[in-house]
Amino acid sequence: MALLEVENIHSYYGNIHALKGVSLSVDKGEIVTLIGGNGAGKSTTLRTITGIMKPHEGHVRLEGNDLAPFKPHEIVYKGVAMVPEGRRIFARLSVAENLEMGAYTLTNKSKLNQNMERVYKLFPRLKERRSQVAGTLSGGEQQMLATGRALMADPTVLLMDEPSMGLAPVLVELIFDTIQQINKEGTTILLVEQNALMALSIAHRGYVLQTGEIVISDTAENLKQNVTVQKAYLGME
Amino acid sequence: MHTKSISPWKEAVQAGLIAGAIAVLLNLVGMTTAFSGRYIVSGWFTMGQVLFLVPMFILAYTTARKIAPQPAMHTALAGLVCGVIGSAVQAGLVLLGQVVNLRAMFINASPQLFEILTFGRDLPGLLLLLLAGSIMGVVGAVIFLLPERLAKSVLQALLWILLLGLLRDLVSTVTAQWVIKTKAFPDWLGWAGVLITSLSTFINKTIYSASGLKPLSAIVLFLLVGAWAYWRYGRPKRARITGPLTRRQQTQRVLGLGGIALLFILLPSILGIFFAEILDNVGLYILMGLGLNIVVGFAGLLDLGYVAFYAIGAYAMGVLTSPELGFFNLTFWEALPFALLATVIAGVILGLPILKMRGDYLAIVTLGFGEIVRLLALSDWLRPWLGGTQGIQRIGQPTIGSIILDSQQDLYYLFLAAIGIVAFIAWRLKDSRIGRAWMAIREDEDVAMAMGINHVATKLLAFATGALFSGLAGTIFAAKLHSVYPHSMNFLVSINVLSLIIIGGMGSIPGVFVGAFVLIAAPDLLREFAEYRYLAYGALLVAMMLTRPEGLWPEERRRLELHEEEGEVPLGEPPPVLNTPGG
Repeated sequence: MALLEVENIHSYYGNIHALKGVSLSVDKGEIVTLIGGNGAGKSTTLRTITGIMKPHEGHVRLEGNDLAPFKPHEIVYKGVAMVPEGRRIFARLSVAENLEMGAYTLTNKSKLNQNMERVYKLFPRLKERRSQVAGTLSGGEQQMLATGRALMADPTVLLMDEPSMGLAPVLVELIFDTIQQINKEGTTILLVEQNALMALSIAHRGYVLQTGEIVISDTAENLKQNVTVQKAYLGME
Repeated sequence: MHTKSISPWKEAVQAGLIAGAIAVLLNLVGMTTAFSGRYIVSGWFTMGQVLFLVPMFILAYTTARKIAPQPAMHTALAGLVCGVIGSAVQAGLVLLGQVVNLRAMFINASPQLFEILTFGRDLPGLLLLLLAGSIMGVVGAVIFLLPERLAKSVLQALLWILLLGLLRDLVSTVTAQWVIKTKAFPDWLGWAGVLITSLSTFINKTIYSASGLKPLSAIVLFLLVGAWAYWRYGRPKRARITGPLTRRQQTQRVLGLGGIALLFILLPSILGIFFAEILDNVGLYILMGLGLNIVVGFAGLLDLGYVAFYAIGAYAMGVLTSPELGFFNLTFWEALPFALLATVIAGVILGLPILKMRGDYLAIVTLGFGEIVRLLALSDWLRPWLGGTQGIQRIGQPTIGSIILDSQQDLYYLFLAAIGIVAFIAWRLKDSRIGRAWMAIREDEDVAMAMGINHVATKLLAFATGALFSGLAGTIFAAKLHSVYPHSMNFLVSINVLSLIIIGGMGSIPGVFVGAFVLIAAPDLLREFAEYRYLAYGALLVAMMLTRPEGLWPEERRRLELHEEEGEVPLGEPPPVLNTPGG
C-alpha cells in the first residue's frame, strides 16, 4: 500500500477544470517528483492533498485512510507537512520563532527541542541566525527556514512546492542535497518542480503533469531518457 | 559623491510657505484664539503665541538640517527667510481680514485673532509679527548649528518650560487639595503636613503666578533642565535586558512593579476628584484597548466596529439590572456574568460570517456591525426592551458589602481591579500556544493553516476575547453613569480605541496604557484642547506614522523590524500576495 495515494482527482477553480483525473502515489521512503510547466496544475495538486482545496471527485489517501473528511489543520496532525511555494516564511518573526511555529502540532517541549536541533544540524546557517528577523534572511536562507519549519512537525510526508524558485544554482544544489539527506533520514517526499533536471537527479520516480493531466509516469532514470521530457522540460533537442 | 544639489534658498522659501500655511490653519481653526488666555510664562507669552510662531521655528530647524552642510551665515539666513515668509503669510491674512469679511467663511477669523497676531497694536503690530517670526526662524536654524549635545539640551529645556507652563492650572489644583487634606489630619501627619503645605505654597507662589510660570522661575527651570539634559547626554542608558534575569535584576523588577502598583493605588488620593474622573475615562479606554489589542494587535483582524461589544455589555447590564424596564432586577455582580456571556456570544456571532474575510473587507463588515448595534439600540422596534433614544436609567451599581461604589474614586479602584485582571490575562495569552496561533494567523493565514493551526477556532477566540474585555468595559461604564444611551455608542469610540493602539504600539500591552493616557487623558487635562481633539489625533497619527510607525511603546518585535541596525540589512520581501483563487 502506498503511503500517499491520490486517486483520480478533479478540481475546479470556478469553471476552470484545473485537475482532470490526476492519480499518483508515493511509497514510504521515496522521493517522487511532479514536474510540469506553468499552470499545469502542480500546485493545485498539492493544495488538494493538504485539504485547502476539496476535490470535486476522487480521493486522497494517507496510509489507506481517506483524507476527505479532514480540515487542512487536521491533515497536518496526520503527518503531512508542506514547504509552500515562494517560501512564505513569517517575515516578521525570528528564525527560532518560525521554527517553533512549525512545531505547533507538537505538545511535547523536549520533542520540539530535539527537532530544532535536527534542523540546526541540517542547516547550520539557521542556527547562526536564530534570533534574526526572518524577513532579513537571503533567499537561500529563507528556503532553508521554510524547509526546516516544515520538518519541525515530524512529518511522515513532506510536500515541497518549487524549492528551487528564484535561487542561485549553487544554492539550488545545496537545497537539493539537503532534500536527499532528509529523505535518507526517513522522510518521504513529494517534490513539485519546474527545474526538472534537478528534480529528476534526486528523485526515485516522477510524474509529468500537463494541463491538469498526468501524461507520463516512470522512474526518474527513464524520465531523463524520455524524448518528450527531454524536449519539453530538460531543454534538450 | 554626485548628488542632486538642492538650492538652500528654494528650500527656505518652501519651508516658510509651509510654516505660514500651518500657522494660518491653526489660526483659522481657532486654536490660537482658544489658547491665547493661557500664559506659559506670565506676562511674557501665551500658548496662542507659541502656536502661531512655533511652525517657523520647527521648519527653520528642519530646513537647516536638510540643506546642511552650509556656512553658518547661510543657515541663519535661510532660517530668517523661512521665518519672514512664514510670518508674512500670516500678516497677509491679517491684511486680507481688513479688506474682506473673512468671517463669512472662517468663523474664527475674528478681530480678536487679528489682535493676537498683531500683539494688540493694530497694523503697526504686523512689524512685530514679522520680527517675532524672523527671530523664530533664525533661532530655529541656529540651534541646528550648535553642537548636538547643546542643541538637544536647549530643545528639551524649551519643551519642559512649555509643558510646565501649560500644566499650571492642574498643578495648582492638585497642590491646593493637598493642603486641604493635610489640614484634616494635622496631629497625625505632624512635620509631613508642614512640609506638604510649604511645598504647595512654594509651587503656587514662587514657581507659578496666577497664570503660567513666573519669568524668573522659567529662566531658572530652563537652566536647570538644560543643565540636567546636558549632563545626561551620551551617558549609557540602562541596557535592555534580553537574557534570563539575574537574581538582583529580578528583585529590582519586583520592587519596581510594586512601586508602580502602590502609585496607582494612591493616585486618586494624590490627585483629587477632578483627576479621578479623568482616570476613570482612561481606565475605560485601557480596558477596551486591551481587548482590541488582542483582535488587531495579536491576531491582525482589523475591527472597526469594536464599540458594538462595548454597547452590548452596557445594554446587557442595563436590561438585567434596571427596575425601570422590569424584566430582571439583578444586582451588578449577579448581572455581570450574564452580561459578559452576552458579549462573548456576540463576539462569536460576528466572527462566524467574517471568517473568510481579510483586510479591507473585514474592516468594512465590522464597521457595519458596529453601526447595526447602535441603530438597533436606537430603534423604536426594540424600544420596549432597550429604551430607544431615551436609553436605560437606574442601572444597578456595584457594591462591596454595604458600600456602594459610586464615587469617581471608588470606581477608579473597580477599573484598576478590572484592568489588573484583563492585563494579566492578555499578557499570559500573548506567550501562550493560543498567542502563537494568533501571531501566525496575523502573519500569514494560509501558512498558519499549513502549520496545523485551526484558523476558525483561533479567529473566533480572538473575537470572543476582545468582545469580552470590551463588554466588561461596557458594564462598568453603565454602572458608572447609572444609565446607557445609544448616543454614547458612537463610531468614534471604535476609532479612539484603534488610534490609541496605533499610537501606543500595535500588539504591545504597555503601549495600550501609554496610548490611552496620551489620547484620552491629555485632551481632558487641557480643556482648550478638547475642542480640537480630533484635529490633534489626526495630526498625531500622521506624525507618528511618518516618524515612529512602531508606536510610543512598541512591542519588541515591531521595533526590531522597523529599525533594523543602520538600515543596511534589507527588510526582506514584502509579504507575498495571497494567491487564493477566486470563484
